[in-house]
Order: sequence, then C-alpha cells, then structure tokens
Amino acid sequence: MKYFYLVWKSLWRKKVRTILTMLSVFVAFLLFGLLSALNQVFSGAEDLSNARRLVTLDKISIINSLPSAYLPRIEAVQGVERVAHASWFGGYYQEPRNQFAQFAVDPERYLDVYPELIIPDDQRDKWIRTRDSVIVGRELVDQFGWSVGDRIPMYSSIWTNKNGSQVWDFEIAGIFDTDDPRSSTQMMLIQYDYFDEGRAFGNGSMGWFVLTIDSAGNAAEIANIVDTQFANSPNQTKTSTEAAFAEAFIGQYGNISLIITLILTAVFFTILLVSGNTMSQSVRERIPELAVLKTLGFQDTSVLGIVLAESTFVMCLGGGLGLGLAWLIVNVLGAIPLPGFYLDAAALTQGVIYILLAGLAAGIFPAMQAMRLTIVDALSRA
Amino acid sequence: MSNDLVVLKDISRTYQKGKEKVEVLHQLDLNIAEGDFVALMGPSGSGKTTLLNLLGGLDKPTSGSVQVGGAELHKMSSSALSKWRATNIGFIFQFYNLLPVLTAQKNVELPLLLTNLSGKERAKRATTALSIVGLGDRAKHYPREMSGGQEQRVAIARAIVSDPNLLLCDEPTGDLDRETADEILKLLQALNSEHNKTIVMVTHDAQAAEYAKHTLYVDKGTLAAETTT
Repeated sequence: MKYFYLVWKSLWRKKVRTILTMLSVFVAFLLFGLLSALNQVFSGAEDLSNARRLVTLDKISIINSLPSAYLPRIEAVQGVERVAHASWFGGYYQEPRNQFAQFAVDPERYLDVYPELIIPDDQRDKWIRTRDSVIVGRELVDQFGWSVGDRIPMYSSIWTNKNGSQVWDFEIAGIFDTDDPRSSTQMMLIQYDYFDEGRAFGNGSMGWFVLTIDSAGNAAEIANIVDTQFANSPNQTKTSTEAAFAEAFIGQYGNISLIITLILTAVFFTILLVSGNTMSQSVRERIPELAVLKTLGFQDTSVLGIVLAESTFVMCLGGGLGLGLAWLIVNVLGAIPLPGFYLDAAALTQGVIYILLAGLAAGIFPAMQAMRLTIVDALSRA
Repeated sequence: MSNDLVVLKDISRTYQKGKEKVEVLHQLDLNIAEGDFVALMGPSGSGKTTLLNLLGGLDKPTSGSVQVGGAELHKMSSSALSKWRATNIGFIFQFYNLLPVLTAQKNVELPLLLTNLSGKERAKRATTALSIVGLGDRAKHYPREMSGGQEQRVAIARAIVSDPNLLLCDEPTGDLDRETADEILKLLQALNSEHNKTIVMVTHDAQAAEYAKHTLYVDKGTLAAETTT
C-alpha cells in the first residue's frame, strides 16, 4: 500500500495516454457486460428449462398443431404427472411492432406446470372464471401501462374470429411475476376454451404439450413411450426435454453464444495489444527512473510489482467502470427491454476475473523488462 | 584498528564489448577512511564511474574484493545488495534523476518507502532533509518548477534522508553553472564536516576537486596519483 502513491502518480505521467487506454478498456468491458446479458437472453432459456419438463410437438414442424385427443393419452403414460398444452396466438397490440408471446392455455394446467409464474390468488381465480380474460406479465404491464380490469384488443395474424374479424377483445384478469430475475414476463396467457370456440378454423387442436414427469432420469423412456403411441397417426410427435426444445428453437437464429464469444475474444485480444503496448512504451520511457529506484534499494520484485500494479490499475479503473455501467444499464435501469436480458452474478464475477487477468497479462512483459534492468546499463541511458 | 570505511583489494573489472574484452579497472587497491571527502579525477574512460559503481554495490568486480563498512559487497547477492544500498549509501547523479511526477518532498521520501516508518514519520524526515539542503520552502514543488541547482539539492536531500555513511556523487556539478556548482560543493563539504558523511565524488572539474580533502587520479584502470587539499 505504501507504493500506491508512486503507482498512482506514475500512471498519470501521460494523462491523455492513460485516459485513452482506460477508455478503450472501459468500452471493452461495457461491451462485455452488454453481450453477456444478451447471451443470457439466448442461453437463459436453456438454463431455465426444467429437466423434469418435457415438450411434445408435431414431428414435422412446430407450426403444425396436434389433436386435443392426445392430451388424455399422454396423461395416461406412466411417470407423467401433469400435462399442460399451449397454442400460439401470434398477435400484436395496436401496431405490428408491439409483438410478444401470447399462448392460449388451460389456466389451471398451465400454472401447475409452470409454478415459477406468480399470480395473486384472487386474480388467478378471476382468470379461471372469466372466459374472455387473460393474464399478462409484469414487463408488458410496465411497457403498455395496462392494469387489471382493462380491456385490450389483440390483432392475430393467424386466427380469424368466427365473426370474421382478426381482432380479439380480452379483459386483463391478472398480472403475473416470476421469482427468477432471468425469466421473462413479456407474455400473455389466453383462456384456451374461449380461444378454441372463437376461432374460425383449427378447432380442437393444440399447439404443443408440456409434461411434468416424476423423475428426470425417466425422461428418455417417457419421451419414447409418448412418441411411439402416435407413431402411426397422421400427426406423429417428437418429445424432448424442454432444454432441447429451447436449444432447437434458439438454434433457428444460429449459434448466438459462439458469435458473442468470438466478438468478445476479438475485443479482449485487441485490448491486450493496446494496453500491453501502452505499458511497454511507458516502461521504455522510464528506464532511467526505474534504474534510480533500484539504485535507491528497491528490489527487482518491487519494481516488477509497481509496473504490474500500474497496468492492473488501468484495467480495474477502466474495466470496473465499464462493467459497472453495463450492470446499471441492464439490471438497474432495464434500458434494453429484452426477455431474460440480465447480468447475473456469474457474469459479473467472470468480468472481474477478466479485468484482473487482462491487467496482469498486459503488464507482465513490460514488468519483466523493468525487473531485469541492469542498473549500470539503465543509468547510462539517462 | 583501521578506521577505513572502504577497502578495495586487487580490483579488476572487465567488460565484454562484442568479441573484445575491455579491462576498465586493473588490480586496483584503494582505502578510504571514514569521514573522508575524496574526489576521483581522470580522463573519460579511465574507470572512475566503474569504481563508483563498485563502491555503491551497483556492479561487481571481475576479481578482487570490495568491503564497505565491513560488508563484503563482492560476495553479496543482488537482493542483498539492494537492501544494503537502501541503508548504507546515498547516490547523487549528474542529472539529478528525480522522478518528475513527484514533488520534492515525495522524491526525498522515496528511500524511506523501503523502511517500516509510518507515512507521518517519512514526511517528517524528508522535511528535515530538505531543510538541511536549504529547500524547506520548496517541498511541494515539482522538479520542473525548480532550477538545476535546486533539483540537485533535492537529490542530495534524497541521498541523505536515510542517514547513510557514504555518499557517492557522479559529476554532481557537471550540469550546473560555476556559482551554483560552488553552492552544491559547499553543501557537500558541510555534510562531510558537520554531519561526518564520507563522500566519494567523481568529477572532471579541478575546481570542484578542491573542495575534497583528497583527490585521487585514475588512469587506465589504476590509481595514478593522489593529492591532498
């Protein structure tokens, strides 16, 4: 600690250079924070997937519906505890850019299968009792300024109402939250019975089934039994774990995690080169001064430590501010309204570790150079 | 019992320059008594600075022994030499070699960072050292805000702050005008006479050498002559 003042003053010997280096580190770690949160959006669905939940959908495509008659047959499979179903509504609120997930579901079954959705009892009861009602997630309420009791028109680009209109009128019966900060509440849940009776075609079909099973270890066997049951029917099924389902769904967009990792690798590599070069330049300029320190009695390891501390300090200040701003934007301000866009403790810890490693990596070669200086040679350069 | 602070026996120092070996010091013997003020003179390349580096533990002889204050420098490791220098030697350079990012006060405190003194005590001792060299009022100034003579005074304060017995000065007035040089030399003389510091000063300047008690002439790596002032 007694060398801190020396490190601090040395750091600011070339203010512009130090500030520019810190800014580049700041931007790199701001980017790291934002991309980590974005990665969470795509990998979060996989993480949130429950190993004890299976998804059964049409073998050919998720856009093909399955007969509702499958429900009791799936329910009868040994090891299956509860079955919910969901159908894609495919609508928007007021204008096409206001798109979010809307599923037509059986309320009780769905809430049983997804216990992480939290809704007050009175609102849950009202939803179950009121056929044309919906429940909406907290993020949607915040986004559109809705409240319980509001009536909202939803335009479905898939389902025409029996009255010939594609506009469906719903009452908001409740607002649900989730106890997992990574989980999205940008979702609307519609009463299936009301939806099925109201739609002009496709009646009696369901989009997919979600099964809870007794043990994750039985997942493969149960999936096989379910799919075998419908192997010779016109609507063959494919049952997989929810994680595999989410992975396949996300896979449609490409390997996002890999892309993000590649971008971050490029950013960090560049930062290491920039910072390493800056530190080398700084040491080259100070060779006589470092020699004086050694002449006064500073040990080689002390000189090594001083140079390493400088580079780590630049990284900590720039990187810390960058990561801090990312945290503020993502977790506190919620400035980017993406489901699951969240910077968790693991990503923050990873960021801090990267900051320290980058500081050491950028400083190690210049520090070694400083440590190995021969006093007599170095003084002769003064 | 001898009161020699410095005892050099049969010292040789050879450097490798490309394929050629250059012998800078050749079987040199030298004794310097405690409290002495010695000027080392001689032509460029005669070995004066090499001799000074050996006395300060900055370099090691190729052969021979270097004893300073009883410590056998030729046998010590690099790490041990660093520790020894911190408490036993004060260095004064031609170009002052102050750290430009630190104030006079902080420059003087530098050697004390290697001690266990508290920040307050370090500051107190640095203030005292600056007062001794007549710069008590310039403590908060940076080197760029001072004249060459003042910078050299700060360098002297830095050299004496840890109270070493031996001060090694490499052309301490080489970058100063005559008047300022005389002031610095008087200061060194005062440190020698009033504070009993042993001083070895390399110089090309015969007038500067007159401030010393003895002048040793080095030529071609050996002691050529000695005069007493």
